Amino acid sequence: MNSKRQNKIAIGALYGIAGLVVLILLALLGYILASGVPQLSWHFLTAPAKAFLKGGGVGVQLFNSFYLLILAMAISFPIALGAAIYLYEYARDNWVTTTIRTAIEILSSLPSVVVGLFGFLFFVVKLRLGFSILSGAFALTFFNLPLLTRSIEDSLRTINLEQREGGLALGLSRWETVTRVILPAAVPSILTGVILSAGRVFGEAAALIYTAGQSAPALNFADWNPFNISSPLNPMRPAETLAVHIWKINSEGIMPDAKAISSGSSAVLIIAILLFNFTARYVGKRLYKRLTSA
Amino acid sequence: MFINNDVTKATTMQERHVVQPHEAGHPIILSTEDLHVFYGKKEALFEGDLQFGSNQITALIGPSGSGKSTYLRSLNRMNDRIATVTGKIMYRGVDINQPGIDVYEMRRRVGMVFQRPNPFAKSIYDNIAFALRLRGTTDKYALDEVVETSLKQAALWDQVKDDLNKSALALSGGQAQRLCIARAIAVKPDILLLDEPASALDPVSTSQLEDTLLDLKQHYTIIIVTHNMQQAARISEYTAFFNQGRVLEYDTTSQIFTNPQVQVTSDYVSGNFG
Repeated sequence: MNSKRQNKIAIGALYGIAGLVVLILLALLGYILASGVPQLSWHFLTAPAKAFLKGGGVGVQLFNSFYLLILAMAISFPIALGAAIYLYEYARDNWVTTTIRTAIEILSSLPSVVVGLFGFLFFVVKLRLGFSILSGAFALTFFNLPLLTRSIEDSLRTINLEQREGGLALGLSRWETVTRVILPAAVPSILTGVILSAGRVFGEAAALIYTAGQSAPALNFADWNPFNISSPLNPMRPAETLAVHIWKINSEGIMPDAKAISSGSSAVLIIAILLFNFTARYVGKRLYKRLTSA
Repeated sequence: MFINNDVTKATTMQERHVVQPHEAGHPIILSTEDLHVFYGKKEALFEGDLQFGSNQITALIGPSGSGKSTYLRSLNRMNDRIATVTGKIMYRGVDINQPGIDVYEMRRRVGMVFQRPNPFAKSIYDNIAFALRLRGTTDKYALDEVVETSLKQAALWDQVKDDLNKSALALSGGQAQRLCIARAIAVKPDILLLDEPASALDPVSTSQLEDTLLDLKQHYTIIIVTHNMQQAARISEYTAFFNQGRVLEYDTTSQIFTNPQVQVTSDYVSGNFG
């Protein structure tokens, strides 16, 4: 067999594999959207769930998912940013940083159900936070922190060493160089990483089942005092998210339209995650353009 | 006769030949004494004892790995976290290579321009103004004026005066390098260190850059590392020849290029190696 032919076969095989991946993705998306989108309505997206009767919605779950996402991001982003800046801009390569990196790697490969059980034992039981948004947000932080740290560190890595030297040569301190030169330049790429990890957090179920809980008490959307038990902002209330809702309906849902609700919720989840992904690309590109060619 | 001449020359060749600058009107502003640089255990610079006259251009030449960039980067302590530098660097009578020195303040006096143009991902205006803002200059008119004078000194003003708010990343290589020079002189240094500033530029930009440097020496002391010997010959008053981590010869540029006293220098400047 000559090399030309070999090359053709290799290219054919690679195209085949790539095509298969795309096909699987399209089939999954198509199935979920086809069975889910017909269930969607304003009522479905806003009404509270019903345990036994037909016609419940996912309004509370949807709100919970976003609220939990924002809280988890608010906790994990500053920590991840600090860790990434330390690791990439300050730390020298020695056994301390090697240990930290290994720890991050192990943390990122922990199964999310293990993170969830740890969250249950530590936040829910030991710290007596109960099944609450706060417990869930902490568990998600554990789940999200290593990935986010990694992605921010990668963003910092894309900024040339010369930029740092340029800052230092002007008499800027290392901190000033990082905050005034490197971070602004890395913002588009950091933001892309944040939005992508938001998608992952949004769809997470296993880590939340034992921490944020599986119940979604009715909320009074007119009450925004975080200290009231029925306020949507109360971080101490149990909060079933959309992903947990899907899991729960499928395992123990007893409402007559469980199948329809599950399909509808899956569609909402998928659409939200797709939106996150496209936003990430769009915002990243726009910001990069603004910074580079203005 | 030629053969004869060569033999006599060879016998008078020295190992090392250093003549420090001593011209009236150009007092020594910077000098190094017994400077050694180590990367880990490896010694990269064995000794560099050079003096630099103010408002002159000094070229550092030598083959790759000869230690000239290492030496240059030690002068404003850019090697601090990478290498160990021992010895004295005297700047206006103060040893700036000691722990108590405010490195950040010092680097504003001893500015640096790098091999690859490295404008920040900011507007042209902010590239120059932001270091000043960080040091407390917030007056708009004062900033405008510094931006304008710096850009004029770097011979970039006419090309960018209408685009000051555009991103600096859109500039061409030669323009970007001028911007880096403008940025460096905006913080009002005494000394400008340039590390092969023209090596990433085309010939036209290179010759413009050389003109700019000749103008700039009225205000600044310039030390430039270059691989381009014609460049060293065109713009510098003094030239130091580095080889294998040592300064082998230091003298006026015309001496180095027309009458080198060390065999290796002679070989290098005549293009026999390097």
